[in-house]
Amino acid sequence: MSRVLATAAAEFRIALRNRWVAIVIAMMTLFSLVLSAAGSAPTGDLGVDRLSVTVASLTSLGVYLVPLVALLMSFDAIAGEVERGTLPLVLTYPVSRGELLAGKFAAHLGILALATGVGYGAASVAAFAVDAHAAQGLPALLRLFWTSLLLGATFLGVGYAISAWARRPGAAAGLAIGLWLVLIVLYDLGLLAGVVSGGDGVFTTRVFPWLLLANPADAFRLYNLAASEAATAAAGVGGAAATIPALESLLSIAGWPVLAFLLARLAFQRVTP
Amino acid sequence: MQTLSCSQVTKTYEGVAALSGVSLALNPGERVALLGHNGAGKSTLMKIILGLIPATSGDVQVLGGAPGARAARDGTAYLPENAAFHPALTGLEQLRFYMRLRGADPKGAMALLERVDLAQAATRRIGTYSKGMRQRVGLAQALIGRPRLLVLDEPTSGLDPVSRREFYAILDELAAGGAAILLSSHVLTEVEARTDRIVILSRGRMVADDTLDALRRRASLPIQLQVRARPGQADLVARQLAGGRRNGVMVDLTCAADDKLARLGQIAALDRLVEDVEVIPPSLEDIYSHFSQGAGA
Ligand SMILES: Nc1ncnc2c1ncn2[C@@H]1O[C@H](COP(=O)(O)OP(=O)(O)OP(=O)(O)O)[C@@H](O)[C@H]1O
Ligand SMILES: [Mg+2]
Repeated sequence: MSRVLATAAAEFRIALRNRWVAIVIAMMTLFSLVLSAAGSAPTGDLGVDRLSVTVASLTSLGVYLVPLVALLMSFDAIAGEVERGTLPLVLTYPVSRGELLAGKFAAHLGILALATGVGYGAASVAAFAVDAHAAQGLPALLRLFWTSLLLGATFLGVGYAISAWARRPGAAAGLAIGLWLVLIVLYDLGLLAGVVSGGDGVFTTRVFPWLLLANPADAFRLYNLAASEAATAAAGVGGAAATIPALESLLSIAGWPVLAFLLARLAFQRVTP
Repeated sequence: MQTLSCSQVTKTYEGVAALSGVSLALNPGERVALLGHNGAGKSTLMKIILGLIPATSGDVQVLGGAPGARAARDGTAYLPENAAFHPALTGLEQLRFYMRLRGADPKGAMALLERVDLAQAATRRIGTYSKGMRQRVGLAQALIGRPRLLVLDEPTSGLDPVSRREFYAILDELAAGGAAILLSSHVLTEVEARTDRIVILSRGRMVADDTLDALRRRASLPIQLQVRARPGQADLVARQLAGGRRNGVMVDLTCAADDKLARLGQIAALDRLVEDVEVIPPSLEDIYSHFSQGAGA
């Protein structure tokens, strides 16, 4: 455990020095504030408090931004050490690869928690400023926060796996961006195309819900939107959310980080320094 | 118990043999120099000993366990060939991190840095260090927690002469405390007085494993005699001694170690023609290339 903490502390310090911490916090805050400002127009007449509306906006932001930030922090984690030549030495220390990975993971997840905390926090403060009943949205905000961390954890793990598998930072960066595009952007487009062309057939009723659950980002959106009625109507895939129980999307969000970390651990094992 | 034993270690990379049948043993307190041309397999052997890469075949025991096993890693320190560290960390932070990984008290980090003369730069980022300073960070981390085996890959590369001397003094202390030390080097004159045994690798084969004196005897290389003739007599001297003339006054001769005295006697007999004579024993480089190149034949 002390070795994991030592690694985490060193990684956090490195991220701080490289300005990653500042960049990630600034990014999350900026986008959160812009989005909550943009989503402020149609409020009041829906009968929902201001914070719940903000949470709905932040959910659609988080789906894009949290995986992106997680991948940006993780793609270099192993490939960078291989390239710098720092890996062989550390692997001769009495520390396991799992412990090293866990240390990096803890540091990066901590930075993500800090960034989402500050970003979502700033947007919520704005909501409280204009609506006295905003406190009603607090449970939704809290749910958004910890599910964002689970989503981030998944993509951190996936990023480490890519990093170990690619061995070169350049290749890892390319793969990470490619994966983000496929899982976050193209995946939904593909599903929508399937639903549109499939009508009420087997695909839409049987396969589609499972495909939604299988993607951690979609599961994240489903879980958060299912609880927030205000947003259901506005979201593209929201219609399907109604047919999927929250428990199953929760299982997907919670299961993915474990799976992703195991994947990373396996990929790291195969790296010979 | 032997600190390290390798028997018949072989490593092939895609059909190319980097090491073939290398057997080597280190006892506590022993300092062994690993020599060999570029690509001879020194770093490969070290990485196998550390458990970083698997041997294709052969057996390696480190501190009674398999290479890379927890017990082996606990007692082994490594200095890689081009020691690299994270440029964003300071020397002190980097060393504290390594100490915590080893379960040592990070409070001792400053003392270690002082030992390698890096105290002034301790709170500067490693990115600003010179090559020699980075090498010292590498040395400092190798000294953490009284290792019983030190595997040092070209530890003095990039060090200035004074630092080299200090470095070998530290090694002597460690060896006196019972640590076994395996270090690779390209500088023969440096390891000559500072190691107990010399191992020479050539194209992945071990061609020598002995003390320098024994290697010198075994090589039995010819001795060079440089005779300075009196002005105008060089041709005559060369003819009389059956040697080669280098220039107007110098005549070069070579002879086996056993013939040295007889040959000197012949030269002394020509004292009217000869001004001076110089005896040049085979250099370390000569002995090294004898073993290193003889392997292929
Ligand atoms: N990962 C690898 N893949 C293929 N061949 C390799 C690999 N690593 C080393 N080799 C080969 O193994 C041989 C031994 O290399 P090694 O690095 O052990 O040499 P060395 O004795 O340390 O040389 P130097 O004095 O230059 O450091 C070389 O021919 C090298 O090309
Ligand atoms: Mg080498």
